[in-house]
Amino acid sequence: MAHANDDSLRDRPAILAKVQPLTTLPRKPLVLNNREFHWITEKICRIVEDPAPTWWWVCFLVSASISIFLGIGLLWLVSTGVGVWGLRPPTFWGWDIVNFVWWIGIGHAGTLISAILCLLRQKWRTAINRSAEAMTIFAVMCAGIFPLFHVGRIWLAWWLFPIPISEATWPNFHSPLEWDVFAVSTYFTVSVLFWYMGMIPDLGTLRDRAVKTWRKYFYGILAMGWRNSVRHWNNYEMAYLILAGLSTPLVLSVHTVVSFDFAAGIIPGWHTTIFPPYFVAGAIFSGFGMVLTLVLPLRTMFKLHDLITQHHIDCMCKIILATGSMVGYAYAMEFYIAWYGGNIYEGFTFINRAFGQYGWAYWIMISCNVISPQLFWFRKVRENTALVFIIMLFVNCGMWFERFVIIVTSLANDFLPSSWGYYSPSIVDIFTFFGTMGFFSTLFLLFVRFLPMLPIAEVKHVTPAADPHYHPEPDTAYAAAPAAVGAGKGGRR
Amino acid sequence: MSEVYGIMAEFKSPHDIYEAAGQLRAAGYDCSKKWDAYTPFPVHGIEKQMGIGRSHVPWIVLAGGITGFTTGVLITWYMNGFDYPLVVGGKPYWSMIYPFPVFYELTILFSAFGAFFGQFLTNGLPRPHHEVFNSEQFERASDNAFFILIESAHPLFDEQRTREQLARAGGFNIHLVNK
Repeated sequence: MAHANDDSLRDRPAILAKVQPLTTLPRKPLVLNNREFHWITEKICRIVEDPAPTWWWVCFLVSASISIFLGIGLLWLVSTGVGVWGLRPPTFWGWDIVNFVWWIGIGHAGTLISAILCLLRQKWRTAINRSAEAMTIFAVMCAGIFPLFHVGRIWLAWWLFPIPISEATWPNFHSPLEWDVFAVSTYFTVSVLFWYMGMIPDLGTLRDRAVKTWRKYFYGILAMGWRNSVRHWNNYEMAYLILAGLSTPLVLSVHTVVSFDFAAGIIPGWHTTIFPPYFVAGAIFSGFGMVLTLVLPLRTMFKLHDLITQHHIDCMCKIILATGSMVGYAYAMEFYIAWYGGNIYEGFTFINRAFGQYGWAYWIMISCNVISPQLFWFRKVRENTALVFIIMLFVNCGMWFERFVIIVTSLANDFLPSSWGYYSPSIVDIFTFFGTMGFFSTLFLLFVRFLPMLPIAEVKHVTPAADPHYHPEPDTAYAAAPAAVGAGKGGRR
Repeated sequence: MSEVYGIMAEFKSPHDIYEAAGQLRAAGYDCSKKWDAYTPFPVHGIEKQMGIGRSHVPWIVLAGGITGFTTGVLITWYMNGFDYPLVVGGKPYWSMIYPFPVFYELTILFSAFGAFFGQFLTNGLPRPHHEVFNSEQFERASDNAFFILIESAHPLFDEQRTREQLARAGGFNIHLVNK
């Protein structure tokens, strides 16, 4: 039988005995003010259990009203035809594909937080992963609408899937567009499974606290009879770890396949090998932008400052700085290769992007994506929540323009000047896109109201008191930093 | 008067329940499924203390992954290479290379099904009701309470002795749970 002190000594890296550091560097606490387990339960469950605050109703009604525009846009399209969108020769991919790529890119941060940061043992992910995963799912739903309706006859959209049809033909698996069908539908399915499985213990908490009968049934059915048993946790954690391991290559592949839609084409500006990594970095960049856009107001409204701390915001800002710089590097490298590759069409496309008819869009993209995140080098900026929120709006906007620049400039001015044109969206395009914003917000607000917005069990798990080797009154200097050096992890690996 | 399902004891902290699980195991409560600990979050290492082995979920995931990959190979071959061969861009009707993204995604999809349903399968869920819920204290197991329950079906179960063992291991609030 192991004794606690022996265990923590064994987990201590051997090098520390040699170098004898004067002090140990404690990790930043992930839950401020030494909150107890019960406080965490109360804080998170109350969001769902208390009556909806007025601001929630206001936001909900506004969002739901905006989502009517989505209905109008789609109804208009289905009843008339794809011609009601602004797509004209030579630009047959316009706002629809821009919006598709933008929304699906946003989703990527949720999976990054839940999967990649889980594998990297970034414990700060716990406070934001649930809402980020919800964001992923709703963003992918919004994304899916555009290609689905772009097929024109939506009632035949099931032809995309390998299902026998009366013509006895099959999908063409040579096409990256067909790969996309598999990538996006797998992504959506796995994200939903991951999100739901992560929520089961917390749904159990809501079930156990429920007073009203409908709540007992609603959360009881969703919790599937979860009992918090150690045997359950053992299987659950293994499954969770594997899902994280599966979602990591998945999320990287999804935007890679999306970028293949372009990179496998011969259009100048699309036919490049930099696209997969560049798209993935951009996706994570825009996704974190959206995570912060959603989390910062919720943190203020629900007073979650002890759970979503400045440290969390700091970490996210740094990721945005890193991915924003990668995106900036990709822009520069694209330009360089266009010159170095010596292809005149490629060279023209890039000069045209910056100084041609869509130059305004290019410079919006550069200032929002490359310049604005550079402010995060300064701690003062990262600590100013209002400023962070404003920069995030710029990031969201800039990433939309990035997709617009890539898609529209390349198509509008391709090889033959005789076929050039100027693309602008129609009112139906605008209605549909505006409507998806409302649809997304409506779903997200419902999520906040009915499901645990923060992972209750996981947040408890990252507090020092959750460690079985934790002693409230430490007897050695080392024990003062219980979160350090993976103490208590011995059982898992 | 209903039958006794087991005896449940509460523990103060993750540390206490971790130690208690080890003590009970040393006292002869082996890894048989007739006793269990309940914690509001995973307490790492306690499963070792109790003698619970590695989860079997990975095997189910492996089976899912193999199924997914094979499905991908078979459907692309059957559809594009056998049933309705189609020349696209001068590429072969079918090869292992070009439809690889489809294999890749289906491998992940079916592996994820394996992990998700494997978790339910190994945990015996969904199971809306279970005897432990008969304890009125148990609602706190998902909040801040730590419980150990020893079933009356356990070969070492003896109401008086089990109570004492739980108390010696640091348990309090020791109570009977009815069937």
